[in-house]
Amino acid sequence: MDQSPLAIYQAHLDKGELAYQWSPAAGRAVFYPRVVCPYSGSTALEWRVASGFGTVYATTVTHPAEGEPYNVALIDLDEGFRLMSRVEDIDPMAVKIGLRVRFRIHKPGGDEPAYPVFVAAEGAP
Amino acid sequence: MSGLKRAGAAIVGAAESDLGLVADGLNPIDLMAQGITRALDDCGLALKDVDGLLCAATQSRTSGLSLSEYLGISPSFIDTTILGGSSFMFHVGHALAAIELGMCEVAVIAYGSTQRSVGRRQASVREINPFETPYRPFLPSTAYALAASRHMHEFGTTREQLAEVAVAARQWALLNPAAWEKKPLTVPEVIGARMVSYPFTVRDICLVTDGGGAIVLTAPERARSLKKPPVYVLGCGSAITHANISSMPDLTVTGALASGRQAYAMAGLAAKDIDVVELYDAFTINPILFLEDLGFCPKGEGGRFVSGGHIAPGGGLPVNTNGGGLSYCHPGMYGLLVLIEAVRQLRGECGARQVAGAETAIAHGNGGVLSSQSTVILGTQATV
Repeated sequence: MDQSPLAIYQAHLDKGELAYQWSPAAGRAVFYPRVVCPYSGSTALEWRVASGFGTVYATTVTHPAEGEPYNVALIDLDEGFRLMSRVEDIDPMAVKIGLRVRFRIHKPGGDEPAYPVFVAAEGAP
Repeated sequence: MSGLKRAGAAIVGAAESDLGLVADGLNPIDLMAQGITRALDDCGLALKDVDGLLCAATQSRTSGLSLSEYLGISPSFIDTTILGGSSFMFHVGHALAAIELGMCEVAVIAYGSTQRSVGRRQASVREINPFETPYRPFLPSTAYALAASRHMHEFGTTREQLAEVAVAARQWALLNPAAWEKKPLTVPEVIGARMVSYPFTVRDICLVTDGGGAIVLTAPERARSLKKPPVYVLGCGSAITHANISSMPDLTVTGALASGRQAYAMAGLAAKDIDVVELYDAFTINPILFLEDLGFCPKGEGGRFVSGGHIAPGGGLPVNTNGGGLSYCHPGMYGLLVLIEAVRQLRGECGARQVAGAETAIAHGNGGVLSSQSTVILGTQATV
């Protein structure tokens, strides 16, 4: 294996894309990226790029000892996979289950790799 | 766990180690050894009788080696399965199998933790997950808060109903001299406490204490010759659904549904037959989920079920009679203490918090972030 699933995923993120794996054997999306499909046992996994639209499945607000409270949410992407993320640009308590959201790349800077966050997608499909 | 025999072994000894904030310098292996010594005293067996050792700890990478060396034993059967706080319920099934197969005659299951003394960050290895860590979840509380959010959304479970779980636990704890918490607690106090992971305040979250203990198991014939009445393992079951909360299939349904079904099938019992209910309450949402998944109320009704003091002393169903991880003791992997309380209830040793005439008990363990579930059903001689 020349490139790890994580490295491929990260390379997509660096291009501003949210990528996921598709398992032809299982007929469904696989996330997080891995070397074998957990639904079928197949190692034939294809890479696809998500539309970036999704729905908040679960949400919480974390209150650190220092600093402002922040959102942590589970997002169901329209392509049928779920990931942990956060919804930005709105009050963390305003993040509600069922809210339609859209992917945005977050680049923390320094040595930290880019990662996906979400914003409310008013009027989105 | 299909293939195991109902009442194929009995718990004959049970004891806590020192709990709460233990003496400076004590380590997890000291606490395991203390628990084992006390549990052996409890049944009249000695270290030389122990040929099966099962243990788990977050502060010792090879706790089976360390503990065997410390005790000067070389067990013929050893199992250090570690799946979080439910590990010890898994161990019960494994010990039952080992005893039935003749791999050992006397098995001890032990646990020890000094997470309060050394600090929670020192007590467990922090694992980096590139798909979760960037979002700075407080683990495990963020994960359970996400599950609570989903339960509230789907079933209308309220903040007050979550608080009722903490209040009931506190009322039981006030009847338990070994409990860490000593003062009454009200629903407004729970809700008004410091917010940690919405909807959880610090009072919705288990304690951070030191502690540990041990239980001793052996075959029924030998069990009946020992000091205390045997507590039989009538049923056990286990299920793993995920490791990380982002991979949990449905945040409102836990593996307790499957583990409970297995345990009930093996025991030939149903929820209505259980006298005492001991559930791993790492967070206030846990008993609500487990009461549903273990069949004490329909799915989605857990919040209403715990309301009005229904699981508190004097309520309809005695749940977490020691005060639970919320108010009695929570050293990190609390499952062993859940088993100890179930044993003591069935022996009638619980004083002010004793459930009168208890013949059956369920001890349900939870591990990780609702990840591993393991259910043990116990019964007195009358149930065999």
